[in-house]
Amino acid sequence: MQKHIVVIGAGPAGLESSANLSNLGFRVTLVEKEEVTGGHLNKWHALFPSLASGKHTIEAIVKGLNPGIKIQTATKVTGIEAVNDYFTVSGHNGWQEKADAVVLTTGFQLFDSHRKEEYGYGIYENVITSADLEKQFASGKEFVNRQGKKPERVGFVHCVGSRDEKVNNLHCSKVCCITAVKQAIEVKQMIPEADVFCFYMDLRMFGRHYEELYKQAQEKYNIQFIRGRLSESTEDKDGNIIVKVEDTLLGKPLRIKVGLLVLMAGMEFPPATKALTNMLGLKNVSDGFIQPLDEVLHSNLTEIPGVFIAGTCSGPKSVSDTMADARSAALAVAEYLK
Amino acid sequence: MEKKVKNFGYSVTRDRQIDFDANNHDVGKIVALAEPTLHLCISCGTCSATCTASQFTEFSLRQVILLVRRGETKGLLKEVSKCMLCGKCQLVCPRNVSTRNLIIQISRALCNHEVSGSAMLKP
Amino acid sequence: MKLEGKRLIWQEYQKEIADDHYFYARSCIRQTFFPGAEAVFVKIMKDELGKDIHDEQHHTSCTGIGYHADVVPFDTTMTVIARQFALMTEAGYENYAASCVTSFGLYTEVLETWHHFPEKEAQVREFLYKATGREFNKPKNLAHASDIVYKFRHQIAAKAKYKLIDKNTGEPLKVVEHIGCHYSKMFPHKGIGGAEYPYVLSGMIEAWGGEVIDYPERRHCCGFGFRQYIVQANRGFSLSCSKKKFDSMEPYQPDMIITNCPGCPMFLDRWQYALSEMEGKTYGKNNNGIPVFTYEEVAGMIMGYDPWKIGLQLHQVSAEPLLDKIGIPYDPLSKFKGKNGEDLGIPETPNYLKFYAD
Repeated sequence: MQKHIVVIGAGPAGLESSANLSNLGFRVTLVEKEEVTGGHLNKWHALFPSLASGKHTIEAIVKGLNPGIKIQTATKVTGIEAVNDYFTVSGHNGWQEKADAVVLTTGFQLFDSHRKEEYGYGIYENVITSADLEKQFASGKEFVNRQGKKPERVGFVHCVGSRDEKVNNLHCSKVCCITAVKQAIEVKQMIPEADVFCFYMDLRMFGRHYEELYKQAQEKYNIQFIRGRLSESTEDKDGNIIVKVEDTLLGKPLRIKVGLLVLMAGMEFPPATKALTNMLGLKNVSDGFIQPLDEVLHSNLTEIPGVFIAGTCSGPKSVSDTMADARSAALAVAEYLK
Repeated sequence: MEKKVKNFGYSVTRDRQIDFDANNHDVGKIVALAEPTLHLCISCGTCSATCTASQFTEFSLRQVILLVRRGETKGLLKEVSKCMLCGKCQLVCPRNVSTRNLIIQISRALCNHEVSGSAMLKP
Repeated sequence: MKLEGKRLIWQEYQKEIADDHYFYARSCIRQTFFPGAEAVFVKIMKDELGKDIHDEQHHTSCTGIGYHADVVPFDTTMTVIARQFALMTEAGYENYAASCVTSFGLYTEVLETWHHFPEKEAQVREFLYKATGREFNKPKNLAHASDIVYKFRHQIAAKAKYKLIDKNTGEPLKVVEHIGCHYSKMFPHKGIGGAEYPYVLSGMIEAWGGEVIDYPERRHCCGFGFRQYIVQANRGFSLSCSKKKFDSMEPYQPDMIITNCPGCPMFLDRWQYALSEMEGKTYGKNNNGIPVFTYEEVAGMIMGYDPWKIGLQLHQVSAEPLLDKIGIPYDPLSKFKGKNGEDLGIPETPNYLKFYAD
């Protein structure tokens, strides 16, 4: 009999795992809590380092889906139970399926920047997040701040909700550094006369072509990188944002006014997924993300046979890393069901 | 009329904070135009580690570049004059910053700024 | 600025404040800095709100100044504070109300220390018993006096004769609120509104008709800081901290500054004089300064208490222009009269800061 796999979460990891599993001859049900598939990528205008369109990327992934895959949207998974040699997966709306294997591709949630109270997100109108900026880019509208003015200066704050034990997140979210560089360049392309600043602790340009993009940001776009973590932001009379940071390479505090401040919100493990992993008895390590059976040898396996992981539910990843991880998870499932 | 000043035994302390908005950024702009590799510096410090002057004085090209970028140019001309233009820094720079010319351009812009109040080069 | 954003944060930082029966511990320095403030608090609590408040005669300093200036060790501080709690227990009270922000911070610090290290509490109980024969209960409720005024701000507004409104234009006065660092920077959850956007004074200003100003250096310390102030040669540091704040708030043309700390109003007030004498600079219109008040004085002002009875003549920056703006009457001739009408003489006139003496 054809084996059945339930994949939970239809972002890039879930879509790509499902496509591969279906191509390998399995029956696949892809369940998604939202009305549409695509996850965070739906809201992301352009991807680093190539500036490929988020929308086109999702469309290309969806195009690869075999028509045999059953896509169950608007269904929030509320129960997973291991029964003998199969799993019963059930949703909030009464949906239920039996599965021979389950792939968790539940992804991340964006750090809620309100929690960094001192940065003023939700209070000062010209403090926005990287996700808000992508929405603004995607809207195709003229690039203006909340006063309807072209900002003369734009600041990017790295590591918001990442590498910060004050918000209980010790981990690096990996993608924010390169996203800031990408978005800084996009801002400069829209407003060439603007001065753009990145406030960073370390620049982690780990991926291929990332360092090149960083160099381009400096050389071609004159984006300034100031090494220091933002301590606070406030608003002046005209709605500009005044930021305080230490220029750690000069060893002096620095004060600068920007017309728009962008917070590079990091990745967190979503509490809703935590409920599922608790139900399964899966280990989350101190950073909250799901711990694979072995980080080097079995990165898609969990300690429960038949439960697999792919994408950012096991830690922050770029889209390309997520895609590779999704394909590798499909192979791991095939191996298990052989 | 001269203002009466009381002696309190203390006075207003100089603010250490770099006030980016209040600083003059002319020197930085002129230098970047004259030597665009200024933009490429990543503050790694290789230049100052190898610099002869840095071994015996407070001179640091890494810091000079940052000070120019932040508009903190007061007293910088004296700093820059410590460079002996040996060119060792240029050999080691991983980003191919043209450090010798950069020093020359910084000195020139600072001199112009000091003499004429503007960093603009006279034709 | 989106006020809803602040309101969301304020919701997260609320705390329980006792409704009645307070054991009141005064501040070491406030009675000499702004002598009317504490008296106004006691009067409003008793006479206007009908609350039971025990104004203890025998309590001492909490040691806060010495503790923060590194001359009193923490074990001594904890034992002195244990004695204050013993006085509260002996007087039959459970709700401790501290007049001083640093004391409030220190009491919180001590209670937190005992919570996490019960052996410390046991040791302090032993110290206190050996030294004085006293025993104590920990307060059921610990509040700063500004928390209490915040709690009853609407009742005070209902009884007030005046509002923080320009009587000529009907516009709300522009008010800077300044919170003492030790109020909530050490324990954000112990302060109304938290540490980044404290609401304790903003709530009073709103309730009393004024408009709160949020200026870039709002969170900056006034510069008092004990250590740097105590040594004369270091006072420039303290002065410069206040100057940073004045320079930052000046473009908003504030009508007044309200504070909830013993040190802040003293320094924000006196440094305006020092800065004017050093640099000829004043921060208000027509060589006036920006008047600085404690929240109790402001409560007394809007209640319609005689400005000279609540000690406003002891401010270096004159209160008169503000009193005129609100429409609070005062007798210029009795500004420097003593309790029984005796003439106390007129203080030395500043060179730059405007001074009102008749």
